[in-house]
Order: sequence, then structure tokens, then C-alpha cells
Amino acid sequence: MSEKYIKPSRNIAARMLDDEMIVMSVRDSSVYSLNATASVIWGAADGSTPLREIVASKVVAQFEVEPEVAYQDALELVEELAREGILVVADHPIHSA
Amino acid sequence: MSSLLQAVNEKAVRLGIPLSVHLDVTYRCNERCVHCYLDHDDNGELTFDEIHGLLQQMADAGVFYLTLSGGEPLLRDDLFAIIRRARELTFSVKLKTNAILIKEKEAALIRDLGVEKVQISIYSHRPEVHDAITKVKGSLDRSIAAIRFLKSQGLKVTMAHVIMRQNRFDYPGVQALANELGAEFTVDPTITPHINGDRGLLKLNISRQDLHEVMHDPAVLGGDVASFCAPPLPVTENDLDALPCSAGNSACYISPYGDVFPCVQFPLPSGNIRRQKFIEIWKDSPQLKEVRSIRMRDLPVCSGCAHVAGCSRCPGMAYMEGNMRGPSTADCEKSFAKTGIPTANMTLKGAALGA
Repeated sequence: MSEKYIKPSRNIAARMLDDEMIVMSVRDSSVYSLNATASVIWGAADGSTPLREIVASKVVAQFEVEPEVAYQDALELVEELAREGILVVADHPIHSA
Repeated sequence: MSSLLQAVNEKAVRLGIPLSVHLDVTYRCNERCVHCYLDHDDNGELTFDEIHGLLQQMADAGVFYLTLSGGEPLLRDDLFAIIRRARELTFSVKLKTNAILIKEKEAALIRDLGVEKVQISIYSHRPEVHDAITKVKGSLDRSIAAIRFLKSQGLKVTMAHVIMRQNRFDYPGVQALANELGAEFTVDPTITPHINGDRGLLKLNISRQDLHEVMHDPAVLGGDVASFCAPPLPVTENDLDALPCSAGNSACYISPYGDVFPCVQFPLPSGNIRRQKFIEIWKDSPQLKEVRSIRMRDLPVCSGCAHVAGCSRCPGMAYMEGNMRGPSTADCEKSFAKTGIPTANMTLKGAALGA
């Protein structure tokens, strides 16, 4: 199973507002609100830490969910954010988004 | 405003977070617009290092929307370094400029840095009118060329049009020009008093009759004149409990000298970032606390006005009239122009029937 690496796109603006991350695509001004779990994943999206490791260390421990369920949910989330153009997802570490 | 953006703004107010900051990086300018409310001397602008530190403080405080303006911001040699740092800190950056210094290279850089939107003031589609207002020959041609450069980079551009006596017939032409260039178009019939308190600039305001015409023009309003100009709805308790404005509640303004105010149009000195941390000013300034304490029901004249729910009342304009809890006459005129119904302030002054 290949690892997934994630990093915010260069073309976004983002700010944590209490427990939700507000993200804007500066290309089309679309605004997204990420819930607490998604915000934790977003905050750890450094391009070098595998998604599975982010989920294990940041999500499973904090939100008390089954590791595989959490990973599948996270995978679905990051692929959706990638389709929106605000997150880069790759099978290899990402140095520049 | 989308429901998400409205929810974000309400949450910021509830949590006391300064979601939006307008930062003028200079008051120097290469135009001399007849209606400008600023002086253009450099009285000790923030250095790059000071702005660098301020940006970090603002990011830590939760600022998301950052408007960079002036004066003409491109007169600062380090403007692009400022934008770069702002984008590294993931602000949503909007640039307000006259654009006459923007060529292909600058437009490409603005795009590469991820500026969300560029707003450019256009006073007329006719060079002789625009250039007479800016007092710079050739300025309209240069601004339009810049808009083309920016649009060719795929950037969002807003053409902001201020209506005054000199250009009162030109807004349809500017709107057509915006359509041709693929730019958004905004129109504003508000002239602001000079920052030094001089109200002489207000003589540039268009007449009540012309304001009525603008407010009823379906081309300007997107067609829904009946809704826009409908008589005000009955005032509710919720209307009276509402905040007058985002100024000081989820937004503020910082001058090139580090002075903090509730808004660029609300010159109530509230602190200086050279003496205090930004977050300390935002949270603890007595002036901002006072602004934050005001609800619509606290406004002695406006709380009894039929227009209270739908009025565009600017507390900064009211402050410049002498009382931040008082009416803003320019906005009374707009409410009257829209609906034909005098505001409480106009009735009080007996001014509704005069021109």
C-alpha cells in the first residue's frame, strides 16, 4: 500500500478560527470551513509526514476512533480537498506545493 | 455575503477576533485626487522589519483578510517583500492601488504571490475626466493598461468608482469599461472628510437628485430596484440589538505610522503598534472597547429611525460629524434617495424637503 503525502496548495489563504480552519482558494475566492478533525489533519500537512502517520498520531489519539476507519475517512477528506484545488496529495513527499 | 462567510464573521465577533485588517503601507501617492482624504507626506512610515513583525502578530491574533493600500502602495520598494511575507503567513491579501506602476512584470508577480484581488480606482471612462480628478495626465490609460496586464494573468480585478460632481454622469461608461475588461465594478457615492477633520471635500458630493438617479439605476443595482428601494421593514428587537458595523468588532485599520483605528473611515485613535503589541491594542484599547459596546439601540437618533435595519450608516462618518453614536448624514441621504422616506435625522433637522 503506497503512502500518501499532503500539503496545502500555494494558492490558499488559511486561518484557524477557534476549532475550525477557514481556507480560501485565492484563485476563485471559494471559502471552506474544516471541522476540528479535518483542521488537525490540515495543520499537520507538511508534505513530508505520511497521512497514515498523521492520522495515527493526531487523529486516533485525540478523537478516539478506530485507526483504519479514521484513515479511510482521512483519505476521503484529502482527496476531496485535492479535487477542490486547496490541498496537494501525492504518493511521494512534497517539497513545493 | 455567503452564509459561510457570514457565519465566520459572526464567530469572529463572538470570539473577539480581528478577522480583517486594512493596512496602509504609505500615504505617499503618485496621484493627487481631488477628493482624497489623506495628506501625502511621509511622517515616519513603518519599516519593513516593523511590518514583518506586525504581520506575525496579526496572524497570531487570527487576522485572515489583509487589505494593503495607501497612498499608492507600489511606491514602497519593499511592497512585494511585504506581500510575500503576508502570503507565507497565509493571509488572504487584497491590494488597493491606482495601478499606474503595474506593468507585465508586476502583474505576474502579483499573481505568483497569490494576491486574491486587486482593486483599482477608476473615476471615468473619459481620460479628460479621470485625469482631471487624479491630476495626472495619462493616468487613465496607464490604469487601464494595468488592468489588462492583471487580467491576462487571470487575476480578479475590481474597478472601484467613486461618484462625485466631476464625474456624476460617467458611471455607466465606467461600468461598460469594466465589462469590456472583465473586471468587477463597484460604485460608491460617498466622499469622506479629510483626515485632518476638514469637511471642505464634502462639497464634491453629488446632488440629492443625482443620488436618487444612481440609487434607482437598474444597471448599477443589478436590476432589482424594487427590492433595493423598497420602504423599510418594521424595526425589530433584533435590529436594535445589532452591531452598527464590523469596525472595531471584527475589523480595524492601521496607518503607515502604526496608528490603530476602528476603520480607515473611523479615525478614532486607539493605539500604536510601535508602543504596544497589536493584540493588546485590539483587546484592551478603551476606544475600541467603547466602539464595541455600542448597539443600534444605543444610538439616540438612529434607534428611532424607520431605516435602522436597512441603513448603511457608517459610524466613522458619524464620528467625523462629531458623535460616533450620532447619525451619518451621507447615509441618511442614501436611505432617503432609495426610499423617498426621510430619516429621523432629516426630520429632526427639517431637512427632508430641502435640496
